[in-house]
Order: sequence, then C-alpha cells, then structure tokens
Amino acid sequence: MERHLDQELKELNKDILKMGAYAEEAIFKSVEALKNRDRELAKSVIDDDSNIDKLDLTVDEKCIDLIARYQPMAKDLRFITTGMKINAELERIADIAVDIAQRTLEIVDKPLLKPLIDIPKLANVAQNMVKMSIDSFVNGDIALAKKVLLSDSEADQLRNTIQKELIEDYMLKDASTAPRAVQLLLIARFLERICDHTTNIAEDVIYMVQAEVVKHHPEKLK
Amino acid sequence: MAKILTNNLNLWYGTFQALKAVNSSIEANRITAIIGPSGCGKSTLLRVFNRMNDLIEGVRTDGEVLIDGSNILNSRTDLVVLRKKVGMVFQRPNPFPLSIYENIVFGEKIHAEGITRDKLDEIVERSLKDVLLWDELKDRLNEPALRLSLEQKQRLCIARLIAVKPDVLLMDEPCSTLDPQATERVEELMRELKARYTIIIVTHNMQQAARVSDDTGFMLLGELIEFGKTEHIFTAPHDRRTEDYITGRYG
Repeated sequence: MERHLDQELKELNKDILKMGAYAEEAIFKSVEALKNRDRELAKSVIDDDSNIDKLDLTVDEKCIDLIARYQPMAKDLRFITTGMKINAELERIADIAVDIAQRTLEIVDKPLLKPLIDIPKLANVAQNMVKMSIDSFVNGDIALAKKVLLSDSEADQLRNTIQKELIEDYMLKDASTAPRAVQLLLIARFLERICDHTTNIAEDVIYMVQAEVVKHHPEKLK
Repeated sequence: MAKILTNNLNLWYGTFQALKAVNSSIEANRITAIIGPSGCGKSTLLRVFNRMNDLIEGVRTDGEVLIDGSNILNSRTDLVVLRKKVGMVFQRPNPFPLSIYENIVFGEKIHAEGITRDKLDEIVERSLKDVLLWDELKDRLNEPALRLSLEQKQRLCIARLIAVKPDVLLMDEPCSTLDPQATERVEELMRELKARYTIIIVTHNMQQAARVSDDTGFMLLGELIEFGKTEHIFTAPHDRRTEDYITGRYG
C-alpha cells in the first residue's frame, strides 16, 4: 500500500539527488577551470552557486514541512532527518567548489607553478567520493557508504603529499613562488575538506539504513 | 526489580485467544505506553493488571502476572485490595453522579470505614492538588461532578484514583475525548505523577505515546511484538511489523 507520504519522500529524494548532481558538477567545473586555466568556467561555478543555495532552502523547507505535517516515525523519520543533513553537506561541498573557483581566478593569469598532477588526482578522489556517497544514499547501500569512509585516507595522503611538495620544493626554495603555491595549497585543502563532507554523508547513510550511529565511533566500522 | 512482570501470559475469551505468551517487564516510576491496532489485545493486557477481565464471562488466563513479586492471577488474590493498588482511568471520564467531594472520598469510604471528616477533607484537598484542580474547584466541592468540563471530569477521575493511594495507574485512551490543549495538560499531569506511580497507558495516538512515555510496547494479534525504550521504538524499531505500524504501512 503506497502512502501519500511515499510520494512526498520520492520527491524529496529527487531533490536531494539534484543537489548531489549540482555539487558534483560544481567540483568538476572548478577543477577543470584550474587545469585548463579557464576564467569563464571558474566564474560560472561562482554564478551557479545561487541555484544550489535555492535548492538547499527548498529541500530544507520540504523536510520541515514533512515533519510538521506527517510526524514521521522510524525509517521515514530517519530518511527525512538524514536527507536534511545530507542536503547541508552538499550545499557546503558546492560552497567549497566556489572557494576553489575563487582561488583559481587568483592564479589563472599567472604562469603555472608546476604541472598539476596530484591536485587533479585528489580532485578525482573527491568527485568519486561525492558520487559514491550520493549513490549510497539513493540506494541505501551500506557497503558503498563504508567504501567512502575508507577512501578518506587516500585523500588525506594526497593532500599531505601536495602540501609537502609545495612547501619544500617551492616555497622554501624560492619565496617568490609563495603567492601561487599558497593558492594551490588552499585548493588541496578544499578538496580534502570535500572528502570529509562525503564521509559525513556516508555516516548519515549508515544511520538512515541501519539506525546505527557510526559517527565518532570508528570501532563500529570494523 | 520490575514493578510488573508478565511471564508467558495467555488469555482466552471463550475460544478466542486475545493474548499470546506475553512476556513483559514494566518498571516503576516510568510511563509505559502500549500501542497497536484495534483488537490487538492492548486493552485486554491493561485490564489483566487489575483483573478487570474477570468481569467478562468465559475469560481464562494462564501464565503469571507478578506485581511487586506476587502473582495476581492467583485465585487467593483479594480483588478489592488489588484494584485499590492498581487503579484505572477509562476512555470516557466516568465520574459518579455525586458531588465533586463525594466522588473523591467514595473509595476511601469503602476502604476505611469510620474515617473522620477532617481526614476526608485532607484527602480531597491532596488529591485535587495532585491533579491541579484544587484552585479551580475548592469553592465548588459540593457541586455535581457531572457539571464539570470533560477535561475536569477526567482529572477528577484521576484524583479519585489517587485518593486511595494506588501504586499503579492504568490509563485506557485517557485523552481520546479531549481536545489538543486538554490532552496536553493531562499529559503534563502524567509526567508529574510518574515520580510517584507506575503508569501504563493504552493509546491509539502514536504521537501521544511518543511524547509521553518512557517505554513502549507494540502489540499485534495478541502478541507483544516489541518492547523497549520509546525513543528506540519510534526511531529505530527492530521488528518489521512495528516499523510498518508506526509508519502507517500496516494493513
């Protein structure tokens, strides 16, 4: 028997998926803009953020409305509250893509400090983690959510490698590289933050599906 | 130790089995809600606790119901004493067609013959204060109870129970005839009373069970399917049938 609430939850699910797609696109474009030194693309990431903000508000309102009108329980309640949290994470991820685009605009006209190798790698990891976390939400896939959590150490390692290289091989050797190196350092930091947000999504998905709080309890994942 | 313990409790109305191997453990000074669809046995279970089902012809029970460690299903149980200890509030408030004062002292007059007027006055004041009716009604004690509002009548019925110093309050849909504001006030009263009593409430209103109770049991077709802390039952029930019921998928 399909309840009226089921229809509403499907709509909510669609909106969250849309948020996920927007966030993925924002990261992709911001990193492409950096790689290709594309000022217009970087600007478009900044301009498009207002669409994501609008959808963020819509999803939040929908969740609050569903809670008020249906007083959902059990898995309905977990779905709606998790949806609300995931929505906030996705909005944050899109904001970080804007940060990356802004850093890109700072260096887009200057000569490239070095060929970009690890930053695109880290960007790939981040995009993958966003995609996997959204898929884990949509399909209620615990195994995939756990995979997201496990991927985080790869992101941390890449960030550390990038940081070490930029500081030791450039900033310490030639102070004049600092203004450009700092922007890349920040971008690496932003990409790693995106990965952290996807782990929050994955933890929320595990709660949604099996009602188990794994956040701040790493031992529960073993 | 649990205040009330049921061990493998079965109950039949003639050939119809209304309770099936119910095992539960109800703690003192907590509010326990029993939820479930119509006919699931929740009111029957409630009525077992003060043997109200005895009034129905053809009822047969087996298993154990221990209250403070003694089995109340035992044929030697003094029902007057039991019902003083385990009182009940019903769906529709049912004050006697007597004055407010006489309603409250009615039980005490039965249980304590020859009690003085001063003592009775004291009981009336204490009981009405407990249900937060004293200020409203202290100058109207001789008026007929039937003139009170529905909420006041329900509070009066609770005061009438409290007057005989019970341990356990059984409430069968106590707010179903009340409006939302009156319901909220009765729920607040329940929260205040739980410090001194063990309260068991049967309700169709799941939001009420979620708001007011500490523990919740879900019943279906005479079985106690799941029993646990209210916050767990309403956020993460273990049994699929509980989940289906509380999310409105049942049936």
